[in-house]
Amino acid sequence: MPLNFNSFVAMKFGVVIFPGSNCDEDVIYVLQEIMQQEVVRLWHKDHDLQGADFIILPGGFSFGDYLRSGAIARFSPIMQEVIQFAAKGGYVMGICNGFQILAEAGLVPGALLHNETRKFICRNVHLKVETTNSLITSALDPSKALKIPVAHGEGNYFADEDTLKKLNDNDQILFRYCDEGGNVKSESNLNGSVQNIAGVCNESRTVFGMMPHPERAADSLLANQDGLGIFESILKVAHA
Amino acid sequence: MENTQLATPETAKELGLLPEEFSRIKEILGRTPNFTELSIFSVMWSEHCSYKNSITWLKTLPKDGPRMLAKAGEENAGMVDLGDGIACVFKIESHNHPSALEPYQGAATGVGGINRDIFTMGARPIAQLNSLRFGDLSLDRTKWLVKGVVKGIGDYGNAFGIPTVGGELFFDECYNVNPLVNAMSAGIVKVGETVSATSYGVGNPVYIVGSATGKDGIHGAAFASKDITADSVNDLPAVQVGDPFQEKLLLEATLEVIQTGAVVGMQDMGAAGIICSNSEMSAKGEHGMRIDLDKVPMRQENMKPYEILLSESQERMLIVVEKGREEEVQAVFDKWDLNCVEIGQVTDTKRLEYYMNGELVADVPADDLVLGGGAPVYKREYREPAYYKEYQKFSIESVQEPEDLKAVAQHLLSHPNIASKRWVTQQYDSMVGTATMTTNRPCDAAVVSLKGTEKAIVLTVDCNSRYVNADPEKGCMIAVAEAARNITCAGGEPVAITNCLNFGNPYVPEVYWQFVGAIKGMGAACTKFETPVTGGNVSFYNQSTDDGPVFPTPTIGMLGVLDNVDDMMTADFKAEGDFIYLVGESVNDIASSQYLASFHKVAASPAPHFDLETEYATHQVIKQLIKERLIASAHDVADGGLFVTLFESANPNNLGFDIESDDSIRKDAFLFGEAQGRIVVSVKPENQEAFVELMATSETEFNYLGTVTNGSMLVDREQFGNIQDFKPVYDDVLHSILEE
Amino acid sequence: MKFTAEINVMPLKEILDPQGKAVTGSMKNLGLSEIQNVRIGKHITLQIEAENKEAASQKVDTACKKLLANLIMESYEFELAEA
Repeated sequence: MPLNFNSFVAMKFGVVIFPGSNCDEDVIYVLQEIMQQEVVRLWHKDHDLQGADFIILPGGFSFGDYLRSGAIARFSPIMQEVIQFAAKGGYVMGICNGFQILAEAGLVPGALLHNETRKFICRNVHLKVETTNSLITSALDPSKALKIPVAHGEGNYFADEDTLKKLNDNDQILFRYCDEGGNVKSESNLNGSVQNIAGVCNESRTVFGMMPHPERAADSLLANQDGLGIFESILKVAHA
Repeated sequence: MENTQLATPETAKELGLLPEEFSRIKEILGRTPNFTELSIFSVMWSEHCSYKNSITWLKTLPKDGPRMLAKAGEENAGMVDLGDGIACVFKIESHNHPSALEPYQGAATGVGGINRDIFTMGARPIAQLNSLRFGDLSLDRTKWLVKGVVKGIGDYGNAFGIPTVGGELFFDECYNVNPLVNAMSAGIVKVGETVSATSYGVGNPVYIVGSATGKDGIHGAAFASKDITADSVNDLPAVQVGDPFQEKLLLEATLEVIQTGAVVGMQDMGAAGIICSNSEMSAKGEHGMRIDLDKVPMRQENMKPYEILLSESQERMLIVVEKGREEEVQAVFDKWDLNCVEIGQVTDTKRLEYYMNGELVADVPADDLVLGGGAPVYKREYREPAYYKEYQKFSIESVQEPEDLKAVAQHLLSHPNIASKRWVTQQYDSMVGTATMTTNRPCDAAVVSLKGTEKAIVLTVDCNSRYVNADPEKGCMIAVAEAARNITCAGGEPVAITNCLNFGNPYVPEVYWQFVGAIKGMGAACTKFETPVTGGNVSFYNQSTDDGPVFPTPTIGMLGVLDNVDDMMTADFKAEGDFIYLVGESVNDIASSQYLASFHKVAASPAPHFDLETEYATHQVIKQLIKERLIASAHDVADGGLFVTLFESANPNNLGFDIESDDSIRKDAFLFGEAQGRIVVSVKPENQEAFVELMATSETEFNYLGTVTNGSMLVDREQFGNIQDFKPVYDDVLHSILEE
Repeated sequence: MKFTAEINVMPLKEILDPQGKAVTGSMKNLGLSEIQNVRIGKHITLQIEAENKEAASQKVDTACKKLLANLIMESYEFELAEA
């Protein structure tokens, strides 16, 4: 699928690198090589977001994640800047471990528990796009299930009843695990997430968290580009 | 000298040294060693470090080739030129004994160790594989081992952040006591940016970096050089615990510190800890070291000198730095919040002098400790075991052909050795790095692209140990040939191998005969395929006192290169109506097949049909077919035979097959026999003419089998069922056994 | 003064504890079906320097709230003793 870069606005992305991040370079590759965007690397010990318009917290095991995934990362110097940036309405997206860190930091509601199977799960899953009313889903087709990989041991999304109600009422649920045909069923809930939730945003729709890895489904070399639409959404809406 | 108490012959024996080895040590030192010194010799002269019982034969293996940048024995791992200024560093290693007793940490630290071997040379690991063998899966102990090992590999590799892209899983009773856990890693480095495991330059500081040192795995190397008995648990040195987060930091810091140019030499600390890296680096650089053991960061109090020297605490490296550039090195490790402590200096004495609180506690010559230096070399006696001739007597006529071949198909597809391994593979992150081209494309080998180039590396681990047991020489040739076949079917060019030689007790002549045979076979096949042996490891003593040795298991890890990723070939059928051909010869042979072993429960049979020359020629034809874009899929016939191969090709896209058998051979042999050198290909109708023309001009035999269907599986018009019916069985066998 | 804190972090009662559930299940296999509701948490020990017990208690409480437990899914309790 050839991209028409003229329809996009250029953005400056900041990718945060914790010592145990391991999907940082994968996201940077997609942003730089496929989306042709400017990217700055933000080291966890730094205090400067270097003027980035959009911050991404990538996947990995930020600080070993022995206590709870993301628990230690949220206290790193760079995260204090990210928290302030988000408070001012700046765009932040967390993928996998990034989502766990956002949840630990309270930037998105809920928490991520151990998978119900008690095992790490790495495989392609299907996602139903629950809303196009968000920066990262705006250009997606909700009638089509996206095939995107997951790779996590703690991706079991949990939120209490009140929070869930708010999430649903405010249209904050971005993705749910579904089958190939887009049906949200208990069999397609691989990790035990409440209501099959795979991704959410905050109330002001500026902070996004998702367990699946769209950057792992963006390069034609990997024979699956279902994740590309998420990156395209970001640039298309920012343009409009 | 402290530890003035001199060692006795009894102590030497307890440490696993032979009487003549003890005498030799006294000769080298010109005096009786103290306990610390004796411990040093005992670990360095263990099989694990010295290869004393295997090196004579290992030296016969081909190790030269135009692509070789670091040959067997020269560095921590082999290094192969991929062209365009890029090299691949790769190696396989066993962690069998630790995994037998503590499967989770045993396997995890195995993964950690092999990756350190790669990045200590300056290469960034980009792909991991593993080869696992366990006993009867119905046993609770086996289930415990499988779960622990798989979780250990997953937790360590996933957090470390390098994808696990391929592997093997095999079950047989011979591994009931002694499972095999072999881990492989491959990394990439720019030619000229590598670091050597050496030490020189008098006065250069010696640093220890990474984790603090505890009493982990003391005498672990010696432990790996003994049979497993019921008492082994009591022998167990403090279990080594892996910390993948430290390893990730160590990786990044190591690669960064190399960029400073201040590093003279570097080696990771694995088996036999500090003493091993000190002696190997010093011997290679022809220098000595003076080390203050009390400066080593320690996790526990009151550690004795020999404990510090021999500790196998994980995630540590030894670095020799150019004097005057200490600060640059320190800055890198500070950035990554890692220990970085100067513990000594390089000397010109060629001796290793160890001090504890200012007092000399050991003084040994470096060269006498190491392989190629003073470490003993033995020629072991070997003898053909009685079973070998017995196995050769097997005739297919002695086995009655079952009437219901569908039942055989069902049996094989639901056998743990054949069924889907997804229960295991989904616990490994196989995709991090976004270079695994085989995630969405089933393939006989793992294909990992090298970003920024048109190239990919192609990797596989293979060994059918049932074949090797039946006939070590032929069986090991087959292991090499199968690896080459898998790489060829993926579109790659085989370039080199690493090996993990898992055998029983080398002092048993029948076991050593298996070892010698396997080495001969490996040498012959590697010569034919022009895949030099770059190194690996030897693991003897994989046997229990009661049940004897495991099947001889020389695991072959092969590296291939794909110069253009567009030439990648996949194993799955693409569309209904495509033609299916068998390239290679059908043979009336069921010897050593999974079918014979588990359906008929016959163990005594020779290795399956195999011819090295024909096999090689077949691979060349497959390469040509791929290059000329004449085939839509290629999948080799291996465990389970032709039927399983067809099923595996049909399954991914929910297709089926309609084939005719060859009435000149028995139908069970046709469908389930494991004669080697066969590849199933599918051909688009528009390419059929060109395909047949190319094949007809080659010397390689080929046969039309039939067509791809929309899901039904037909053999000679007989319905074997629909792919959809078999899928749940095939997919969920391991899950249902392990999650009950 | 130096104190030792013994901290227990447990999954909230309303949250599924897959590890505990699995262990409960295996109790049956051991013939111990009387054992029910296994729940698995974390036990953390630490040493802390503080002017008095109350000050120590406050600091440990902060550590628990901010880092050692995630109150969305875990609860905690601790005991302090003079070291």
